[in-house]
Amino acid sequence: MSARHKRIQQRLAPWVVTIFLIVLWESACRLFKIPEFVLPSPSSIATALFQFRNAIYENALWTLVTTVIGFGFAVVIGMVVGLAIGASALVYKGIYPILVAFNSVPKVALVPVFAIWFGIGAVPAVLTAFAISVFPIIVNVATGFATVDPEMHDLMKSLGATQTEILSKVGVPRSMPYFFASLKVSLTLAFTGSVIAETVGSNHGIGYLMLAASARFQVPLVFAGITAIAAMAVVMYSACAMLERRVAHWAFRNGT
Amino acid sequence: MSPPDVAEFGASLSTAGVIPAAETPFVELRDVSLLYGEGEDGMMAVDHLRMTMQRGEFVAVVGPSGCGKSTLMKLVTGLLPPSAGAVLVDGARVTQPIKDVGMAFQNATLMPWRTTKHNVMLPLEVVQPHKARLRSNRAGYEELADRMLASVGLHDFRDRFPWQLSGGMQQRANLCRALIHQPKLLMLDEPFAALDAFTREELWIVMQDLWLERRFSAVLVTHDLREAVFLADTVHVMSNRPGKIVLSRKIDLKRPRTLESTFEPDFIEIVHELRAKITEVRAS
Repeated sequence: MSARHKRIQQRLAPWVVTIFLIVLWESACRLFKIPEFVLPSPSSIATALFQFRNAIYENALWTLVTTVIGFGFAVVIGMVVGLAIGASALVYKGIYPILVAFNSVPKVALVPVFAIWFGIGAVPAVLTAFAISVFPIIVNVATGFATVDPEMHDLMKSLGATQTEILSKVGVPRSMPYFFASLKVSLTLAFTGSVIAETVGSNHGIGYLMLAASARFQVPLVFAGITAIAAMAVVMYSACAMLERRVAHWAFRNGT
Repeated sequence: MSPPDVAEFGASLSTAGVIPAAETPFVELRDVSLLYGEGEDGMMAVDHLRMTMQRGEFVAVVGPSGCGKSTLMKLVTGLLPPSAGAVLVDGARVTQPIKDVGMAFQNATLMPWRTTKHNVMLPLEVVQPHKARLRSNRAGYEELADRMLASVGLHDFRDRFPWQLSGGMQQRANLCRALIHQPKLLMLDEPFAALDAFTREELWIVMQDLWLERRFSAVLVTHDLREAVFLADTVHVMSNRPGKIVLSRKIDLKRPRTLESTFEPDFIEIVHELRAKITEVRAS
């Protein structure tokens, strides 16, 4: 009974907190008569969401597609580079400084460059999403791989395992929990990247929609755009978490 | 009891008659030295080490901590190349990690992402000829793993993950994994050291049963003198760093040995003798 009770409580907790915050927000807006172009109330955001549902849907889909493509590239390339860095000290020494330098460049500054190279459209958004989300994946996969137990390594070598076998049987599974941890960080970064790119150099996507709306002082629509991005990010995050449960279930030892 | 053999290089082997001395040794260390690091900073881990071991023999290596026992294991298996001297296994000089070895360490080093059974089956995926046959004869190999696990009392735990097992169970699984591909040589690096006394003694029995059944050659590195005397045919005592063999003691107690026999006078006498030698080398 008590265990079941606890479970129900945990299920309800996120909803209760979210609804409480929305109610708080709504009542604050009404109570203090906050003008809509400063902070729209949740109800007017909902109205805007409904009113502009077609435009929001189309642009959200656009953003989702560019983000997922950029993120997909980041996953594949991050995996490969991460494994290479983790497996070889030489590769690590060779490219790590460049990676760190690259990562410290503000990606917003790159968007105009991408726009000059590839024109206004999807490509700059994809590239920005990729550029901003690849680094955490590289670093985490490399860490997972570099921290393989030396005894495990000795054991595999004494069995006559090739480098590829050690990689596939020890390195890759070992780095999976690290990989998924980085996915959760990278995914939200990828959304940030594509939306930033859309506000600078695009005529599609949620970022573009928000920019256009704010130019016309349609602040509820701006917030509706934010809501759409947040919703997409939460859904994608949950998908990653579910995948993690399937692939790296062994890393969750007590079913928590 | 006969007086202790203080001969240095296993010359005492002839006194026991279990293994014909004329046979060429299965493992031979010829004046092996190993230097860690280079130049002035270099540290001699083992120095002119000589040791021989017959096929099917169970050898234990004991000595003060830091005497290079684990280095010895890495030398024999070819994980470390010697700085001088030669390591021969089965008559051939060891220049790279040798195949057909089973290894078990103090940590069970089971893979947390595999079930116990799939952990045990790991060598079959890597070592030939099993590797080539595994796909076509999966059922047969699964049954082999089941049998191995049953023989150490882990049958009901085969589908559990290693972190769901106790330390003793993990070590049992580790032994299964080290033996499933029927290696010629089993290397045990303090495999029972992290276990409580009761579990440890239980696993001595398990280990002895496995050895009596399969008669593989085994090298056990340990701190525990009772463990060494219980399991081994020959106990080698190593000196302080740089390590060399200072005593090779033949253990001719009859098998199977029981935990009761560890309290009998001749057993205790051997343990005392080894202990005295170690005390002596630690002081020097």
